Amino acid sequence: MPAPLVTVTENGLYCPAGGFHIDPWRPVDTAVITHAHGDHLRHGSTRYIVAEPGIAIARHRLGVDHHPAPLRYGEQLQLGATTISLHPAGHILGSAQLRIEHEGQVWVVSGDYKRQFDPTCAPFEPLACDVFISEATFALPVYQWQPTGEVVEEIFHWWRANRDRGLASVLFCYALGKAQRVLAELRAFTDETVYLHGAVNVLTEVYREQGIEMLPTLPVTGERKTDYRGALIIAPPSAAGTPWMRRFGEHSSGFCSGWMRVRGNRRRRGYDRGFVLSDHVDWPGLINTFEATGARRILLTHGYSDALARYLNERGISAAALETAYGDEEQQ
Amino acid sequence: MRAFAALYEELDTTQSTNLKVAAMSRYFREAAPADAAWATYILSGRRLKRFIGPALLKRWLVDEAALPEWLIDESYGSVGDLAETIALLTAGTAHSEASTDDTPLADWIEDRLLPLRESDEAVQRARITSWWRELPYRQCFLLNKLLTGELRVGVSQLLVTRALAEVTGMERTELAGRLMGEWQPGALFWQTLHAPDSPRTDPAVPYPFFLAAPLEGEPSQLGERDAWQAEWKWDGIRGQLIRRAGECHLWSRGEERMTERFPEIVDAAATLPDGVVLDGEVVAWKDGGIQPFALLQQRIGRKKLTAAILAAVPVQFVAYDLLELDGQDLRPVPLRERRALLEKLLANASPILQVSPLVPGSSWEELATARADSRQRNVEGLMLKALDSSYGTGRQRGAWWKWKIEPHSFDAVMLYAHPGQGRRSNLYTDYTFGVWRDRELVPVAKAYSGLSNAEVAQLDRWIRAHTVEKFGPVRAVEPTQVFELAYEGIAASGRHKSGIALRFPRILRWRTDKPASEADTLANLQAMLMQAPDDIARSG
Repeated sequence: MPAPLVTVTENGLYCPAGGFHIDPWRPVDTAVITHAHGDHLRHGSTRYIVAEPGIAIARHRLGVDHHPAPLRYGEQLQLGATTISLHPAGHILGSAQLRIEHEGQVWVVSGDYKRQFDPTCAPFEPLACDVFISEATFALPVYQWQPTGEVVEEIFHWWRANRDRGLASVLFCYALGKAQRVLAELRAFTDETVYLHGAVNVLTEVYREQGIEMLPTLPVTGERKTDYRGALIIAPPSAAGTPWMRRFGEHSSGFCSGWMRVRGNRRRRGYDRGFVLSDHVDWPGLINTFEATGARRILLTHGYSDALARYLNERGISAAALETAYGDEEQQ
Repeated sequence: MRAFAALYEELDTTQSTNLKVAAMSRYFREAAPADAAWATYILSGRRLKRFIGPALLKRWLVDEAALPEWLIDESYGSVGDLAETIALLTAGTAHSEASTDDTPLADWIEDRLLPLRESDEAVQRARITSWWRELPYRQCFLLNKLLTGELRVGVSQLLVTRALAEVTGMERTELAGRLMGEWQPGALFWQTLHAPDSPRTDPAVPYPFFLAAPLEGEPSQLGERDAWQAEWKWDGIRGQLIRRAGECHLWSRGEERMTERFPEIVDAAATLPDGVVLDGEVVAWKDGGIQPFALLQQRIGRKKLTAAILAAVPVQFVAYDLLELDGQDLRPVPLRERRALLEKLLANASPILQVSPLVPGSSWEELATARADSRQRNVEGLMLKALDSSYGTGRQRGAWWKWKIEPHSFDAVMLYAHPGQGRRSNLYTDYTFGVWRDRELVPVAKAYSGLSNAEVAQLDRWIRAHTVEKFGPVRAVEPTQVFELAYEGIAASGRHKSGIALRFPRILRWRTDKPASEADTLANLQAMLMQAPDDIARSG
């Protein structure tokens, strides 16, 4: 059996033949980045390689001192003894799967991905490979996503119903990716202006500069007296329950996350409404993807990786869980 | 059932009681009488008598979903609700909520579900699994909820009564009375619920319970001590003991019939004259005194009452009010007079039926001193009742107050989980909890005991799925789960980041109803610390 192309070290996923790390959780020499969420793109490494559409977000996240190197989707690059390329993962703008080829072996690291259409990023592209390293955030059969259009319609109707009652609608979305996806999807229903929390606002501006079409937005500011009744406000979940919320008066709260598929999750968090909208792959998506890659072995990171590995092994597909430090932004 | 499923969805997606009442009123107005009656039945927390056990439903689900049983279990563990798990794994995604047939709720229950009781398992299975496949998600979920138990949709009987009062224009108290006891949902019931005077025909029907409000602050705000009756607040099960038409019935406050569970109380009641209703408390009583609630709980948990358990946990009924005498409703009569009649009635009754003694003390200060003895007496504090008050309905404030001793408990957020020992080494059973200091959660206690095995298992799965960071075997978890913790003592400590040390902290319960933002603050605990010397003195 050939040596593994990717192993887990204390610094993160590592490719010995290529001499580089993938989404390392500690500073390293060369870091290939699948996407710009905080648990995948961390500070301190010497050299970053990022998919070209994700460069602006990576720069925003890393700060002006860093100059991540762009790699176009599909473009090949020699790293050590390996040939690598980045391919769309459909997770957020600029998210990528990493393909590594070495001595006839191909490994693909999915990063985070989804199979649903998302107007803010290029769609996931299944890649033929020997070993596929997949996320497993929602790897239980109860997690199956409704069509996105239905969910966005629910969000729109919720906003409308609140407006009819004179209430503001505060929608909690992860600030990078989910918020912009909702703003882009809502264009099918309206052209009204949406108010944004500061954390969402800066990232939305980065998206807009990349040419992503979204509803017009205004930042929520403390300066002028705005009447938010009937308005839609998008904020990160960390803003829930803080004094920042007071300006909206009586309002209805909603949360966009794959976890909202389960009623108990929504009730524990105390939101009025849960909208099942995820940037991660669901159970049928996982199974379909594994088939599409033709991989002889599946390695699984974060989430229900143990359950999925057991399920695959029982069905004759070689699989194992990898211990990584990746989190789940949909919880936040 | 479509309309009721939509109502359920509406109730489940708002926290505003006004919106909930409005949604129910709208449903009651638009629904056919039989549907409205069934909706009332279900929303007020009643359930269909279970005829298909969860194990059977799960077995069918394994085949239906074509998944291994362990994966179904894993999914169930993550969801935490069987009805929902089934709906998530089977509901016909091809059908939208609006496109299906609209069989009324009453027909669903009376013509489809209830007749299944008489069917054999093959028929039950064929019907139910075909519904799983055909019904859209919401209705599939609701069907499973009807099969497995109550709905738990954050609607109290009080809210249902409020909505009914809006629809019928009747008094809430009157409606509450008509909803007591056992009744058969149907168009006829809906009509009698509306009827201007609907005679009470069933002798078993209890009166709505009058509930006390918690007293905040000092009792001197209630005015003169002389105007109030003081009793111990018993730590047992509130009950209404009915002696009518030659029969005896015992009801819990949750309107559960307890007649069969406490045969000695019912036997004692048979010696009472006909037309008597007592309000009181079922308590475990041994060696001349009340025993801790935990002892009573051992008996409640038993399905069969053996001679051994009857001997191990003897009970008494401590009566504190007389609601009916000679068939006359005494509730409008002032407490002063009801009390006198109660004492007279029970003067020569069986010792199993005793009158709740008055707590002496000519001033509020003397009562406060008596109250300080509550822990030693196994009672929860004092009840203060206005002597000239009538017997009300529900939690009306003003006439009845519960003046409880400060509970040594607080709500904290789980921060870290540690694996257990021995056979529990593969489970996260030990937890670290924190309370708020400004916007930060500060660890204050480690606790492990207090949860049931099922809760521990559920929590273990939650912990694995919501780990934020791992430190060796310890996991930092998302700080969203709130637990009520109890402790025996509190002291200042320089060794703890929080500045306090708790003695014997343990979990009282998992507060899934509370968001983390509502957990206690460190300031609250420090306030307890200030009271502590007094407290230690009191508890010896």
